[in-house]
Amino acid sequence: MADVMTTEAPAAAHQSEGAGTGISNNKLLMWVFLGSECLLFGGLISTYLIYRSRFHTGPAPGDIFDIPFTSVSSFVLLMSSLTMVLALSALNRGDIRNNRLWLLTTALLGSLFIGGQVYEFTTFVREGLGYTTSPFSSAFFTLTGFHGIHVSVGIVMLMSLFISSLRGSLRQEHSETVEIVGLYWHFVDIVWIFIFTVIYLVPSPTS
Amino acid sequence: MSTTDIAQSGDTSHDGGHGDEGHEHPSDAKYIQIAAILGVLTALEVSTYFVNIGPVLIPTLMVMMGVKFFLVAAWFMHLRFDSSLFTKFFVGGLVLATGVYMIALTAFEFWTKG
Repeated sequence: MADVMTTEAPAAAHQSEGAGTGISNNKLLMWVFLGSECLLFGGLISTYLIYRSRFHTGPAPGDIFDIPFTSVSSFVLLMSSLTMVLALSALNRGDIRNNRLWLLTTALLGSLFIGGQVYEFTTFVREGLGYTTSPFSSAFFTLTGFHGIHVSVGIVMLMSLFISSLRGSLRQEHSETVEIVGLYWHFVDIVWIFIFTVIYLVPSPTS
Repeated sequence: MSTTDIAQSGDTSHDGGHGDEGHEHPSDAKYIQIAAILGVLTALEVSTYFVNIGPVLIPTLMVMMGVKFFLVAAWFMHLRFDSSLFTKFFVGGLVLATGVYMIALTAFEFWTKG
């Protein structure tokens, strides 16, 4: 009976605001939003693929990409998905201390990724690849910049959750809120899985 | 089916059930196991930059990317355990985006001229 009681609280949180479907409206809204984000990033990735060979006025992608460095950044973002899911798992157990720890770790890993992106961008600019240097550079900076903005928004959401937790307003019954922020964070990771392979690892044109 | 019913029947979502209501998530150990697989796949992807594997390079990269994509969506985003309606919305957006931009890339002769 005690076991049954303990499973009721998180379950109740998951079922919040169901409108006849038995599922949460908030979670459904996030999934619809993520579905629409596929179209946004699909457009940006396609634009990059179309313009990646148009670099006549500047460095070529194959000459400028630093694969070992980007690989480390990718690994950092991938591991932030693990810490995010551990944060949710801790909150589902009512373990507030570990929830805070993993939320903060996720935000720090995300910040590390953004730091790496800022370093990459400044290195490219120093090597002569500005935003308006060529159609390739415009498409590249727009795509990866948009992704970076998404990661930054995710970090703001994670820090908001962390501060809420410190104030005592993030409790076990709010696990759905953490799950929804987690969905956004994992989506940003999934987009990078795609960008890393298609933009960086698939051989790019050289000058 | 409520969580109480699930607990009593032993039919938890750990077994891959698709309850539309409350659901149980995998254990931390399982999440760490999935992350380890993702890490190994990333290392294999990166190794293709240093080792020439010839014409199978792009298909190999696409398969590994697809597996990573699936693992994150199914396990970390809980699509494997959640309502199938979420999967439909997400896959719907994904299929629409893929279709639209495949047509766009074809119109720009990406496949023939690169």
